[in-house]
Amino acid sequence: MSLSVRLAHRAGDFTLDAAFRAPAGVTVLFGRSGSGKTTIVNAVAGLMRPDAGRVAMGDRVLLDTARGLCLPPHRRGMGTVFQDGRLFPHLTVRQNLGYGRWFAGGSAGTGTGRVVEMLGLGPLLDRRPGALSGGEKQRVAIGRALLARPRMILADEPLSSLDEARKAEILPYFERLRDEGVVPILYVSHAPAEVARLATTVVALDRGRVVAQGSAADVLGDASVAPAGVRGLGALLEARVLRHHDDGLTELDAGGLALFLPRVALSPGRVIRVRIAAQEVILSRDPPSGLSALNILPGHVQAIRAGDGPGVLVTVDTRAGRVLARVTRRSAERLGLTVGRPCHAIVKTLAIAPQDVGA
Amino acid sequence: MNGWLSPGAAEALALSLKVSVWATLASLPVGVLCAVALARWRFPGRQVLNLLVHLPLVLPPVVTGYLLLVSFGTRGPVGAALAEIGVVFAFRWTGAALAAAIMAFPLMVRAIRLSLDAVDPGLEAAAATLGASRPWVFATVTLPLILPGVLTGAVLAFAKAMGEFGATITFVSNIPGETQTLPTAIYAFLQVPGAEGDALVLVSLSVAVAMAALMLSEWLSGRVASWVAGR
Repeated sequence: MSLSVRLAHRAGDFTLDAAFRAPAGVTVLFGRSGSGKTTIVNAVAGLMRPDAGRVAMGDRVLLDTARGLCLPPHRRGMGTVFQDGRLFPHLTVRQNLGYGRWFAGGSAGTGTGRVVEMLGLGPLLDRRPGALSGGEKQRVAIGRALLARPRMILADEPLSSLDEARKAEILPYFERLRDEGVVPILYVSHAPAEVARLATTVVALDRGRVVAQGSAADVLGDASVAPAGVRGLGALLEARVLRHHDDGLTELDAGGLALFLPRVALSPGRVIRVRIAAQEVILSRDPPSGLSALNILPGHVQAIRAGDGPGVLVTVDTRAGRVLARVTRRSAERLGLTVGRPCHAIVKTLAIAPQDVGA
Repeated sequence: MNGWLSPGAAEALALSLKVSVWATLASLPVGVLCAVALARWRFPGRQVLNLLVHLPLVLPPVVTGYLLLVSFGTRGPVGAALAEIGVVFAFRWTGAALAAAIMAFPLMVRAIRLSLDAVDPGLEAAAATLGASRPWVFATVTLPLILPGVLTGAVLAFAKAMGEFGATITFVSNIPGETQTLPTAIYAFLQVPGAEGDALVLVSLSVAVAMAALMLSEWLSGRVASWVAGR
């Protein structure tokens, strides 16, 4: 079952005009603030009525302005996880979790045990939201949305109010939801690392318009799309864990090329996603020698894109996949880089941060 | 009754409590509804309703009492209709309760409205996405969160009702045992030479009841506020 969305809305000098589909898995609405992500989520949830549009979940129509149809939020089945948690302060964690389940007609205990176990909520059940940390609140909010037995989960920047450590704590839960195929998720984010780890499908937004949609690797590897700015650009590689070395490194196989990462806590055989930030990639025309960097990916220049600044974005096609490199225009000229020429993309192992690696 | 409290004074105290409790309890649901309408709904006539609710606060109480007498008296349009079904306000304790309720209503509505404005609409939106229809959202989220304001409004209204004088004496007069409340009894005692002692007892009672109500309200709203805040 997939969600299809077509919306047009004007508010002040902001114009939203977007259409996209969200199939099973995680669809990330990706764009900087003001690009219309939250407006879309609110329109899908039924919290805002757009000027015109149609929203349907499978063949169930939630909104169709042409027919004057607009289901109220409580009849849409869109379990929403908000940026600020929005737990009910007067209820305990247990009662918060039970809130949506009760309206969904579930008796006490329906599915609760599994959700509580999956999100590690057991020790929190009798506490009040006022006594929870930010990360705990978001875990409860996810559980509460899940237990309402939604047709889809809407997550509106659920991690943006958390620090890096808490983000790292919550992200795996969304990965689990995605991998277990529990429910499709529409996830709003402006953080490339989150997109890289979670997205099955990416819908990139800019000023109220969809500028790209497709698989995470396609959209993130597309040099013409930079919803998070050039500094947020980076390609996504899929790699299989080969072995863990004694010196704290994990060796991966990416399309036959070796990739060394700081230790990844996953067993050999698992396929993971690695985001390589374009900023961190060095290019070399000849096979480098006497270099400290461990990851050297040979390939061909596929595209060179110059912007207004001193940098150019080079797309290198390697056996591991497309790699983006952001280098200066001067370097590109000195190396004589042109489309089709062989070149090597070099990535320091330690430049790949843990948040760039996802299951 | 106790030796220091004359039968007349005891009667006035009991009647005052009865009138104020009824005035508060009966107007509370209406007060919540009015506060919600004024704070949340957009409808034609909203400003008129706002004006009507606040009118008793600014009108001379004698005028309010007179208007009540004209409309709710046995020959008034509303009073006559209600008398058909056996509900009589004029010169009854129920009339004193009505007068007290109307005079206290603006205070009650203002307190509830303030707490409504403080409720995060995001919480109500979250409840709706979890499957709660609007009445359920109100019952399970909004109402519990405004409870401190509702309590404050109720106690304020009760204290105001205990002290109501002008509208009461105009509307239902000052009949011992039927409509003579603490303030009207104090007034009556002060008209009689040599009854200052009785008046003083009633004055002390008034002060005691008012203080007790305030302390109870502080304590209650403190308790409820910390419960609502989720600590």
